[in-house]
Amino acid sequence: MFYRENGQFKSSYREDQQLLGIRQDRWFIFALIAFAFLAVPYLASDYMFRAILIPFLIVSLAAIGLNLLVGYCGQISLGHAAFMSVGAYAAYNLVVHFPQLNFIVVLVLAGFISALIGTVFGLPSLQIKGLYLGVATLAAQFFIDWVFARVKWFTNYSPSGSVSTAQIDMLGWTVNTPVEKYLMVLAIVIVFALMAKNLVRGHIGRSWMAMRDMDVAAEVIGIRPVHAKLSAFAVSAFYAGVAGALWGFVHLGSWEPAAFSINFSLNLLFMIIIGGMGSILGSFIGAAFIVLLPITLNQVLPVMGRWVGMNFSTAFASHLEFMIFGALIIFFLVVEPLGLARLWSIGKEKLRLWPFPH
Amino acid sequence: MAAKKNGPIAALGAVLAAGLLAPLFTGSAPGFYIEVLLGGLMAGVLYSLVALGFVLIFKASGVFNFAQGAMVLFAALALARLAEWLPGWIGIPAGYPALALAFVLAAGIMVAVAWVIERVVLRPLVAQDPVALLMATLGVTFFLDGFGQTIWGSNIYAINLGISKDPTFILPSVFQGGILISKEDLVATVIATALVILLALFFQKTATGRALRAVADDHQAAQSIGIPLNRIWVIVWSVAGFVALVAGMVWGSKLGVQFSIAQLALKALPVVILGGFTSIPGAIIGGLIIGVGEKMSEVFLGPPLVKLWDLAGGGIENWFAYVLALLFLMVRPEGLFGEKHIDRV
Repeated sequence: MFYRENGQFKSSYREDQQLLGIRQDRWFIFALIAFAFLAVPYLASDYMFRAILIPFLIVSLAAIGLNLLVGYCGQISLGHAAFMSVGAYAAYNLVVHFPQLNFIVVLVLAGFISALIGTVFGLPSLQIKGLYLGVATLAAQFFIDWVFARVKWFTNYSPSGSVSTAQIDMLGWTVNTPVEKYLMVLAIVIVFALMAKNLVRGHIGRSWMAMRDMDVAAEVIGIRPVHAKLSAFAVSAFYAGVAGALWGFVHLGSWEPAAFSINFSLNLLFMIIIGGMGSILGSFIGAAFIVLLPITLNQVLPVMGRWVGMNFSTAFASHLEFMIFGALIIFFLVVEPLGLARLWSIGKEKLRLWPFPH
Repeated sequence: MAAKKNGPIAALGAVLAAGLLAPLFTGSAPGFYIEVLLGGLMAGVLYSLVALGFVLIFKASGVFNFAQGAMVLFAALALARLAEWLPGWIGIPAGYPALALAFVLAAGIMVAVAWVIERVVLRPLVAQDPVALLMATLGVTFFLDGFGQTIWGSNIYAINLGISKDPTFILPSVFQGGILISKEDLVATVIATALVILLALFFQKTATGRALRAVADDHQAAQSIGIPLNRIWVIVWSVAGFVALVAGMVWGSKLGVQFSIAQLALKALPVVILGGFTSIPGAIIGGLIIGVGEKMSEVFLGPPLVKLWDLAGGGIENWFAYVLALLFLMVRPEGLFGEKHIDRV
């Protein structure tokens, strides 16, 4: 009754093509963004910012990047955390060698460097696909891990192999409190999410989807596989690189190569499976899920343990987390391969008719 | 099609062979060289054992089983803990009797695991995209890792096969100082060989084995002559579980049963790429090549690289196998012995 597009007529192509065609959607999104910018800084505690909101936003960005590659272009990557680490170390080295650079410039350059590396490791995708490509991207993961752990130049000859960042300066604005960090990351993520959303409904995104659905047919209708696949790898690695730089500078502050291990890569993959393959919204939902699940389990399990008179250890909680992850992956692949984002859109369809039966 | 591809393969092989022989001409002691070679072969045997499980499952069900490493860990944990608990439960003497009973029980558990996986994961996902199945096995990996450590515990456990861990020197007359080998590695090789022979007999001589080979060749044809696919899948996952149990036993007695076993098993992926997804001999030879290549590169290639670029230590073996597999994918995607034609665009 409240959520339907009756009476909203499009009178120009511009209106017809706008991102959020339904007025209610538009209000909802604007309200959400306003809430995130204006209300959340007053409501959330420092712990909320540091442990939940900032990590959630950054991994959402990385998940969007992976989703562009896996969900939209159909090329699997088991090594996306490695591209994040490329971004993080690129940003670190840029800051070390050119301290006067604005942080935004550093982020974008780090993204481009990561995109370059992503394209190089995307080259096997021209020859192989599916499972084989998975192994090729694993090679990227292990090789890049090794490079950052062993080649001293990348860590600026730090004796322990870990690097730490200076505070972030942006045109005189020093970002150091959690609220400021949150606002900066939020702004960046919104811009990049918007870009991704527009990218996938444009020419490039359509060629990716054609490639995903049937590569031979896509080639027949004139899509060049080299362009489509490599651009997907480049854009995806760009997002991962920016996310990695943010992860290192804003969330971690100081890190070592183990921070971007294969488990991080697999977690990113789980985010887009649970959230929804081929959906920007799904990347956010999946990231929220994967960030919140361990925290929730750590809070809830001891309480449940007290109810049944057992004492659950943290080890048990982490094993349970593994089991729940695994079970959820299988559950979603079997029951709802399109993830939570699909449930959301089903809910919206239902809402259009509610409360009437037809 | 073979003739066109032999050029790059020969080139890659020549480079590898040159790398293999180069240390001999740069003044390394022959005894030490052979020690490294043998060490690599032994590690390769362990990789082959894990890779065998991959190949079995891929042949019969077309599933790329990422969970093979988790199955190895699960089986090894079951074996180690049952052998520890059984004497207390039913008064069976510790040592070999308990170990034997634990082995049988663990094999039974792996059959149960195979059955559950077939019911819960494979059957609902039948005829799906291979990548979806790969991700499903990722889910199985996480579940088995968590579940195994929940019920069996998450410390480091020992599997005592009663073999002395002391190294022995052989052929002191031929090489200066002799060659250092461990008895444990020899036993591991014997066990692996026995397992391969057992599998070969099973596949060639029994009716079930014939059915498995038929399914591997052509699912639809096999089904149309009345071979029940679902039961075949349970069987093949059980066999892979059994292989995982043997691999876990050998590996666990060598390194102790711990979580890193599941990670080490990731090394089996490049092995199957190298050997071919559908070939059992490929898994074995691929494992040996990866094992030898890894050790050789670490021992002989690592130090010069470290000196050349001023690295913070070697660790080449972490990625050597993968990069080798990547090169191989470029020139010969079906692997050394694989038959399957790979789609390319």
